[in-house]
Amino acid sequence: MNRKSLDLWVGFFVAVGFFAVLFLALRVGNVSSANFAETYRLIAKFDNIGGLKVRGPVKSAGVVVGRVTEIHFDSQNYEALVTMMIDGRYRFPKDTFASILTAGLLGEQYIGLDAGGDEKMLQSGDTFARTQSAVVLEKLIGQFLFSKASETPGGK
Amino acid sequence: MLETALEAIRSIGHRVNDALQTLGFAARFLAMILLYSGQSFRRLRLTIREVYFSGFQSLLIILVSGLFIGMVLGMQGYETLQRYGSSEALGVLVALSLTRELGPVVSALLFASRAGSSITAEIGLMKATEQLTAMDMMAVNPIARVVAPRFWGGVVSMPLLAAMFSAVGVFGGYLVGVVLIGVDEGAFWSQMQGSVDFYLDVWNGIVKSFVFGAAVSLIAVFEGYDAVPTAEGVSSSIKRTVVYSALAILALDLVLTSFMFRGI
Amino acid sequence: MSAECLVRITGVSFAYDDRPILGGIDMEIPRGKLVAIMGNSGCGKTTLLRLIGGQLKPTGGELLVDGQSVPRMTHDELYAMRRRMGMLFQFGALFTDISVFDNVAYLMREHTDLPEEMIRDMVLMKLNAVGLRGAHRLMPAELSGGMARRVALARAIALDPMLIMYDEPFAGLDPISMGVIGQLIRKLNDALGATTLLVTHDVQEALLIADYVYFVSDGQIVAQGTPEDIRASTDPFVHQFVFGEADGPVHFHYPAVPFEEESMSGMGHA
Repeated sequence: MNRKSLDLWVGFFVAVGFFAVLFLALRVGNVSSANFAETYRLIAKFDNIGGLKVRGPVKSAGVVVGRVTEIHFDSQNYEALVTMMIDGRYRFPKDTFASILTAGLLGEQYIGLDAGGDEKMLQSGDTFARTQSAVVLEKLIGQFLFSKASETPGGK
Repeated sequence: MLETALEAIRSIGHRVNDALQTLGFAARFLAMILLYSGQSFRRLRLTIREVYFSGFQSLLIILVSGLFIGMVLGMQGYETLQRYGSSEALGVLVALSLTRELGPVVSALLFASRAGSSITAEIGLMKATEQLTAMDMMAVNPIARVVAPRFWGGVVSMPLLAAMFSAVGVFGGYLVGVVLIGVDEGAFWSQMQGSVDFYLDVWNGIVKSFVFGAAVSLIAVFEGYDAVPTAEGVSSSIKRTVVYSALAILALDLVLTSFMFRGI
Repeated sequence: MSAECLVRITGVSFAYDDRPILGGIDMEIPRGKLVAIMGNSGCGKTTLLRLIGGQLKPTGGELLVDGQSVPRMTHDELYAMRRRMGMLFQFGALFTDISVFDNVAYLMREHTDLPEEMIRDMVLMKLNAVGLRGAHRLMPAELSGGMARRVALARAIALDPMLIMYDEPFAGLDPISMGVIGQLIRKLNDALGATTLLVTHDVQEALLIADYVYFVSDGQIVAQGTPEDIRASTDPFVHQFVFGEADGPVHFHYPAVPFEEESMSGMGHA
């Protein structure tokens, strides 16, 4: 094995290796959607976040506009504090409504933003004024049964 | 009766003693490799040569195995997912299993039996035929000249091989899932891209394979250097390289996984 | 005397753990001479070479090479000394993954910055000296035992060493190759102005070429002298060794209990 052809094959090997990493990064994973170029931070308080996870998506009108970066429990108010980074290109009014929604019946949970009509925009570090917690299936079923039970005697 | 019990305890003691001694020597050996690496990097050609032997020559087995494993994942994954009506998530399943676990682990196991065993055999035979002693007598440090290049060759090759394994595996899953079975192509890729994170999944997989590469290479060069210089001794060293590498890969995988994917 | 003496060994002893190999050896190897160390297998001859090369440290005594104490050398000093030594190993120890040419060029490439054309000329010269210039493209696996030994010899003298050590250069060779190697050892010593230390158990061949001979047995020097002295010696050990008698001071049997005793009690272990 002479030097030149050895170098050639090693070079080929390394190139294919880097190509594979690139393929994994760009085609399999998605570097671009995970890291927005410029972001700002918003905070939302929820009574219950359900199954929301760190790195979960933040969507508005179905478009991913940011990611959840931190989830804490606020022991003063007994609420969940969710921090998210929003893509700097998108701005939302002060009275935007943040709610925790579920993709499909059993899919992953995400934060949905419904824009309000306020003139002023949310700045980095602001907190959402109005939020809606996750729908917990057990509670929903409980409420349903309770209302059924209370309406039955009246009906007869 | 007491005699046999004592004898058993004594032999356990001996074994523990031997094992600790070997471990200590291995640690000292790693320190020596790192110490003399500077010397061997000054002649980079030696390491490039080893990248050729352990990396390039493992290419075929890695690519073929990766393709097959990806195709099997595609079939089995589809089989299970379609019961829950979510066969579009096939891409996610294939890509995550490969980048997080199967890519680094299976390619490291293949690497240990393909390249690791041949490194051990080569160094062991050089020792058995007095080539290492001869080198030392010729004022050429065998660790800088023979051991360090093989170690670094393995460390460099392993992450590249694991990345190729995963990439080809994803392609295999695509072939079976999309081309053969007919899962929607757009859903296959977009769901995959939505759930596979570069840092968390791809990068952690590369870190894993780097650690496995270092472990397998160290075991291989150490077993070769520590071999009993006879035909029998070299063959049992090769066996130990494969067995210890497999155990080390799986144990390290458990440790690394529990660090990387904790609570997410 | 010390200026005349390249290697001076005084009272050197060596033991593996508790097993003594050498016990108090005194030896002087004068510059420019060819000294042979002879003895039966396992008497510690190879150990002596390793001690001189600094691969082993003696448990006692003093060992000087060119006026410097080998056991007290640092790693770098040791490597500097070894660059001026050449050693031929028992079975050649050629690097099997590179060609004959590269084997001989190995040290020149490792230790010098000579241009490749000059290395090429030097390698072919060395190979010519051992009569194998035509074989420089072959791989070590394609060589016969005697040829491999000659290539190893060319490699040992690649950097014109001051001291050349041979560990059993005649082992496993046919009589013709043996004579060829013997004559080469003598000629190279004289042509290079080097000092040669030859360890062997092949008495006849060694007596033909050596200037001075030491006999070692059980880690001790039992006889020494010029080849003429040795041939004329009446010492029973030397006599047995030189004429290859089966029994004498060196017994045919490994120490054992009397045969009758063993056959009575030993069956259970068989």
